Amino acid sequence: MADNPNPDLDLPEADAPVTKPKKKGVKRRIFLAGSALLVGGGIFGVWWTDSSAKAKGNALIGGEGKSAFGSVMTIAEDDTVTVFSPHIDFGQGSHTALAQMLADELDASWDKVTIEQAPADMAFANAALAKGFLPTMAGDTLAGLLPDAVIGMMARAMPLMITGGSSAIRFTGEIAMRRTGAAVRAALVAEAADRLGVPEGELTTADGVVTHAKSGKSLRYGELAAGAAGRSLSSDPVLKTREQWKLIGKPVERRDIPAKVDGSAVYGIDFTLPDMRVATIAAAPVRGGKLESVDEAPALAVKGVEKVVKLDDAVIVVAKGYWPAKKGLEALSPKFTDGGHAAISTPAIYAAQGKLLDGGKADNEAGEGDVEAAFKAPGGKIVEAEYRVPFLHHAMMEPFALTGHYKDGTLTLWGGLQDPLSTRVKAAKAAGLEVDQVVFNPMIMGGGFGRRFPDVVEIIDQVAILAKQVPYPVKLVWSREQEVTHGSYRCQSSARLKGCVADGKITALRIDYAQADSAEGEVPFIYNLPATSRRHFAYKSNQIDGPWRSVNATQLGFYTESFMDELAAAAGEDPYQFRRKHLPEGSRYVAVLDEVAKRSGWGTPAPAGVGRGIAIVESFGTIVAEVVEATLKEDGTPKVLRAWAVVDCGTTVNPLNAQAQIAGGLIMGLSSAIGEAVTLDKGAVEQSNFTDYPILKLADAPPAVDVHFIESGAKTGGIGEPGVPPSSPALANALAVATGKRVRNLPVLAQAKA
Amino acid sequence: MAIAFSVNGKPVSVEADADTPLLWALRDDLGLTGTKFGCGIAACGACSVHVDGNLTRSCSVPVSEVAGKSVTTIEGLKAADGTLHKVQAAWIEAQVPQCGYCQSGQIMAAVALIEKVGSPSDEQIDEAMTNICRCGTYPRIRKAILAATGAAASATTATGDA
Repeated sequence: MADNPNPDLDLPEADAPVTKPKKKGVKRRIFLAGSALLVGGGIFGVWWTDSSAKAKGNALIGGEGKSAFGSVMTIAEDDTVTVFSPHIDFGQGSHTALAQMLADELDASWDKVTIEQAPADMAFANAALAKGFLPTMAGDTLAGLLPDAVIGMMARAMPLMITGGSSAIRFTGEIAMRRTGAAVRAALVAEAADRLGVPEGELTTADGVVTHAKSGKSLRYGELAAGAAGRSLSSDPVLKTREQWKLIGKPVERRDIPAKVDGSAVYGIDFTLPDMRVATIAAAPVRGGKLESVDEAPALAVKGVEKVVKLDDAVIVVAKGYWPAKKGLEALSPKFTDGGHAAISTPAIYAAQGKLLDGGKADNEAGEGDVEAAFKAPGGKIVEAEYRVPFLHHAMMEPFALTGHYKDGTLTLWGGLQDPLSTRVKAAKAAGLEVDQVVFNPMIMGGGFGRRFPDVVEIIDQVAILAKQVPYPVKLVWSREQEVTHGSYRCQSSARLKGCVADGKITALRIDYAQADSAEGEVPFIYNLPATSRRHFAYKSNQIDGPWRSVNATQLGFYTESFMDELAAAAGEDPYQFRRKHLPEGSRYVAVLDEVAKRSGWGTPAPAGVGRGIAIVESFGTIVAEVVEATLKEDGTPKVLRAWAVVDCGTTVNPLNAQAQIAGGLIMGLSSAIGEAVTLDKGAVEQSNFTDYPILKLADAPPAVDVHFIESGAKTGGIGEPGVPPSSPALANALAVATGKRVRNLPVLAQAKA
Repeated sequence: MAIAFSVNGKPVSVEADADTPLLWALRDDLGLTGTKFGCGIAACGACSVHVDGNLTRSCSVPVSEVAGKSVTTIEGLKAADGTLHKVQAAWIEAQVPQCGYCQSGQIMAAVALIEKVGSPSDEQIDEAMTNICRCGTYPRIRKAILAATGAAASATTATGDA
């Protein structure tokens, strides 16, 4: 019980919190969540002033006939501009959008722009991310005081090359891509001015050409690149104004799509090498359990099976292909321990969380005003409710697959992960190698949603250990069953909310929630209330609580926005108008809410049996309000008829892709709310595949999602995650209207069956 | 044992156990990785191919059962001159894919539906398109199917951008 976060609470043995496997992962997640814990690194500055990293990066991306700039881009003699993204793209479309941002400032010809994944080398550690996250960690004031020079060093020290926190556009795009494009454009103009012997001010740029209108002379970027590359790049180039943008804000088609419709795109699971073997794995059913014993003979008797490898907590079968490997694994009867977690179950976790909420000590409290006094004030109406949400599985469509080859002291890896640099660090540690002895080749991936952060990805360690034991390249593939039962789930969480309304207004609101991490600092509380209290009670099960698309905003959004409707009902008010009058007058929140109400025809009569629900959540710097229109089918299961989303992310770089992200996020939120739950019994996950972990299908998804962006010009926000949180409370609110019953425990289907 | 069939119009022979699913024969033996592994139990549709023109979830069909039959995979939808199938073209036009992993199966299912019914209605699309997409591209899948068959978006989809 040493790790009991609430030492004054006597937890039953079944709920004994489990030590997190490693501390680094905790830090990095907190970093993502915008906490102040990592402040002190002193990260700020301009990455291309760090000359040694720049030189190394340029050497890696440059080459014959190509000039490299800032380790971010190259220009070839044939005018091709190649943009190297430090972010991986697993479907969120940021590769195309990042290239749009750079190409716009560069005045490149879009047809000549290509996008590539930056190599997994420390030279490409993402300094822009560090700079972008810093203000949320330290506050703008502190960030502004830090010296403008050591950012790249800090990013490499972490090392920072993540894709997460909906950060690609708002940080890497705004800080690195636009500035690089503008600085390179300036260098090209300076080079042209010298060559033509004319003042820079007489030159204009467009479509990859510098033109001197007076003389009618022009030079192509490809002709100028080599000379421009020898010039120093401005660290503070003049950026275009919104009116000057030609590509930013335009619905540009994504470059990765053609290869995804003809089967030619090669994902990590598709990778192959001569003599490669395929392996698959069974880990201890109870997370934290160990492999006790296994008789290898039955697997080795299967045709095509070559080797059985025992890990501390798993058994791997290596074969000539996936099918014999799977058959070999199924022939085994490994014995695993339960790690002492046999008493952990979903009901036991809810019970333990309930105990914490009853009388535990909060590890974090935020808010303003005196909530208790307001609750006691005469004339108020008290509303209380308890909410529960289950563990959620990411269910990325591509199961984990990673190929490793250990040869001549070097471990080479191929696959898709959300942070190429820390993949190398983790693999090196597992294999007992130096980081320089590990090469990682990032590949495209079939979804991720937070599942592919190296800190929570065991397949890196598994392959690192496996590859060192075999003389050939080996691809380890997880079965879907392994995926479902060994996830890094969105945490199971409980909340108690208490509010008081008087004269149609909320006088006080308390949100108590029990789960792994605090959401404070990550999920903004957007309403203006006289008194609020948000208390986090730390609870840890034997599972790995991983970031799941939009992280803690899903559960906090569900709690707060469901309860807002309960408070509106207690006040006898319309849910839209009730929210409106508690939001800051004239704010972006009000504009977003008004627009979604207008577009969805809020207030007009809905057909019989149909309910409309509204919700608004801010996450990752973006405000999203959604309206869902839903009913119950004859079998009692929910059906979403229509959905609307209005988004203020400041600036929409690629509206076409941003619409897809928001609509997809809305649908993922609906899917989780309707049917998804990972439950535990005797410490092990009860679900195994899509049959018992149902993902929403086309017939039950809204036929269309009306997505609208408000181009407020405010600081650019994220787009990959913020569409998710509002849809589950909007659905619950719609079903409350349609059926008269409030859903407080997710998923809805479990309630329908109960 | 050697099992002979045809894939995308070409005769092939694979040396595999009779119970090997067609999916793994395609991927591991023939190197056709456009057909994806998603669940292994015919629940998600990522592995959808056509066998003698019928939509088939290849993870759950033993390769021995396709002996002598004609298999079409995502790689075989293009015309000989490289022209995309009209469903593939519609998929690009509607910018359907996000991560893209399920899209081979989605496209194979859509092609089978269109070959069967011509211009499917919204209800027919609901009934036939049961493949899972975790990114939530369903509205654009619907839009692309309707566009590929020349049907204007129906009333329920007309408002949607995404």
